[in-house]
Amino acid sequence: MLSYIVRRLGYMVVVLILISIVCFYIINLPPGSFIETFATQLEASGAPASQAQLDYLTVRYGLDQPLIVQYWNWIIPLVTHGDFGFSFEWQQPVWSLIADRLWLTIIVSLVSMVFVYAVSIPVAVYSATHQYSAGDYAVSFLGVIGLAVPNFLLALVLLVASARLFGITPTGLFSPEYMNAPWSWGRFVDLLIHLPVPVVVVGLAGTAATIRILRSQLLDEFQKQYVVTARAKGVPEGRLLFKYPFRVALNPIISTAGHLLPEIVSGSTIVAIVLGLPTIGPLLLRAIIAQDTYVAASSLMLLGVLTVVGVVLSDILLAVLDPRVRMGRSN
Amino acid sequence: MDELGDRTMDMTDSASTNQPLLEVKDLRVVLPLLEGNLVAADGVSFAIRPGRTLGLVGESGCGKTITAQSILKIAPRKARTDGRILLHYADRPATDIIGLGADDPELLKIRGGECAMIFQEPMTSFSPVHTIGNQLMETILLHRTRHRREAHDLAVAMLAKVGIPAPAETLKKYPHHLSGGMRQRAMIAMALASQPRLLIADEPTTALDVTVQAQVLRLMKDLQHDLGMAILYISHDLGVIARMADEVAVMYMGSIVEQAAVRDLLRTPMHPYTRGLMASVPRIGKKSGEPLQSIKGNVPVPINKPRACGFFPRCPVAIEGVCDRVVPPLTPVAAGHSAACFRYSEVVAAAGLDQGGANVH
Repeated sequence: MLSYIVRRLGYMVVVLILISIVCFYIINLPPGSFIETFATQLEASGAPASQAQLDYLTVRYGLDQPLIVQYWNWIIPLVTHGDFGFSFEWQQPVWSLIADRLWLTIIVSLVSMVFVYAVSIPVAVYSATHQYSAGDYAVSFLGVIGLAVPNFLLALVLLVASARLFGITPTGLFSPEYMNAPWSWGRFVDLLIHLPVPVVVVGLAGTAATIRILRSQLLDEFQKQYVVTARAKGVPEGRLLFKYPFRVALNPIISTAGHLLPEIVSGSTIVAIVLGLPTIGPLLLRAIIAQDTYVAASSLMLLGVLTVVGVVLSDILLAVLDPRVRMGRSN
Repeated sequence: MDELGDRTMDMTDSASTNQPLLEVKDLRVVLPLLEGNLVAADGVSFAIRPGRTLGLVGESGCGKTITAQSILKIAPRKARTDGRILLHYADRPATDIIGLGADDPELLKIRGGECAMIFQEPMTSFSPVHTIGNQLMETILLHRTRHRREAHDLAVAMLAKVGIPAPAETLKKYPHHLSGGMRQRAMIAMALASQPRLLIADEPTTALDVTVQAQVLRLMKDLQHDLGMAILYISHDLGVIARMADEVAVMYMGSIVEQAAVRDLLRTPMHPYTRGLMASVPRIGKKSGEPLQSIKGNVPVPINKPRACGFFPRCPVAIEGVCDRVVPPLTPVAAGHSAACFRYSEVVAAAGLDQGGANVH
C-alpha cells in the first residue's frame, strides 16, 4: 500500500512537469506577445509608445529570448522559491494577484463538491430504492433538466429572480464593504451569505450527473447475488442497503471525485464571470487574452495541481476502500 | 463446539414425532411481466420433516428456485405470492411465512436463523468488499450471540468444521482470495453458523467442478448427520438428487408432477416427464455412439398458461382431448408415490373425469 502511494506520488510529479511544459507552450502559441497588446492599448488611449520604449520593455520582460529560456526563467524560481513571476499587465507579482482568488476558488469548489454529494447521495438512494415511483420519476426529470441547462443561464435566471423577489442581486462573493477588507468574522459571515447561489449554480450539473450514476449503480447492485445472500441471512433492509450495495456503488463516485474538482473549477469560469465571482477563472481568461504569460501559466499550473492532487487522492481512497483494487495494483 | 451439539439433540427428539418442519401448501407465485403474467409456481405443496432431505428436481425455469425463494420471502419484489408456508415449532404454533411483513422481526429471525440458504454461485454470493470473517460473523451476531469475541470463536470453529484449512487466517481474507470450492465451503459455514433447522440448497454444486462437487456433497451429508438439520435440495441433476435426497419432488412448469421416496421414484418413475428426465441422464456402460435421449421440445414459458397439463405439448403418451383440456391433479397412485398424469385412473378420478374418457393403462 505504501509503495503504491509513493509510486502514485512519483507519477504525479512527472504529470505536473508535463502539464507545466504544455501550458507554457500553448499560452505562447498565439502570434504576437503582451508588448503588442500593450502597444495597441496605448495607441487606443491616444498616447502611443515609441518603438524604443517597446523594445526596452521586450528585453526587460525577457520576451526576446527563445521560448525554452522563458520557460526556464518561469519554472526554476517557481520550484525553488515558490515565485510565480511578475504580471506584465497588473505590474505586480503573480502570487499577490492569485493568492486571494486561489483560496476563494478552492472554497467555492470544495463547498460545491460537498453540496453535490450532500444532495445527490440521499436523492439517488431514495430514487433507487423507490424505482418507478412518482418521486423517482420527478428526480429523473429534474436530473435531465439539471444536466441540460447551461449553468450560466441558470445563474442569470437566479440573478433576475433574486432581483425581482428580494430586490438584491447576489453577485460576487462579498458585499462591497468587505470586498478588500482583511479576514474577519464579519467577512466570513458575509461570504457564507453570498456562497449559496454560486454553489448551487456551479454544483447543479455535477449533482444531476452524480444522481444518475449512483442511482443506476445502486439498481445494478440490488440485483447482485451477494445482496440476496445478505437478505437471506436476516440482515434488516436498512442496514443491508448501506453495508452492501451502497458501499459497492460508491466506487465509481469515489473514482470520479478527482475529476469533479477540475470540472467544477473550469466549468465555473463562465459562471464566475456572470456572477462576478473573484475566482481564478475570470483572471485566467483576462490573462490569456492579454497574453500576460506568467499569470496565465501560473493559473493553469495551479488548476493542474488541484486536478492531479484530486485524482491521486481519489485513487488512494479507492484503494483503501476496495480490496480488489489493492490486489490489482500490487501486482 | 458444544453449542453446535445442543440442537442435534432437539432435532432427533422432534424427528421422532414425525411432525413436519416446514409445510408448503398450494403455493402460487405470479410474476407480472410486460408480456403477461408468468406463473412461476402453480399450486406447489410439499412438506419437509426434521432432519430429512427433500430433493426438488426439474429443468431450468420450472419454478424450483422461486419456490425456494418464497420460503425466505426473497423472491423478486414484484412477485405476487399466494398459499401458505408453515414453519412449525416444537413449543409454539406454526408461523405462516407468506403472511409476514417485509420488516417483521419474526421474518428476520427465520431468515438465516431458522432457515438458511446457500446459492448456486459461490463466486458472486459474497460481497467482494467485505472479508469472509465480516460476513460470516454477521450471521452469527444476528442469530447466535451479541459478543464479538464469542462470534469470532464460533466463526473459526465453523470454518474448521467445513474443512477450511487455517480458519482464523481465512476470516481475514476477501472472497477473491479463495477458490470456488473453498468459497462454497465458506458459504455453507455461513449458512450453518446459525444452526438453522432447515437448509435450503439451491444448486450449490452446479458451478463447481466434479471432484469439488463430490467433496461438497459429502460435506453437506456429514454436516446434516452432525447437526441434524433438514435440507431442501434443489437441483436439475438426478444423480446428485439420488445421492442427497430421502424424498424427491419433480417440478415441471411451476407444478410438482411426481413425488415419492427417492428409491421408488428412481426405480419406477411414473410421470412421463420423470421418465424422460431419467432417460436423458448419461450413463457409463451405454453403448458408445448411441445417441443420448432427450425430451423433445423446450419448456414453454408459462405466461398466460392454458388450463391443461403443462407437459402435454412434449409428452409422448399424451391423450388428445383430455390432457390439453384439464390440469391433472397430483394424486397418490401407489403407496407413498404421487403423480399428476391422466395415464393413471386415480388421477382421472381425482380430477372428476369419466373413466372411459381417458385411455387408462
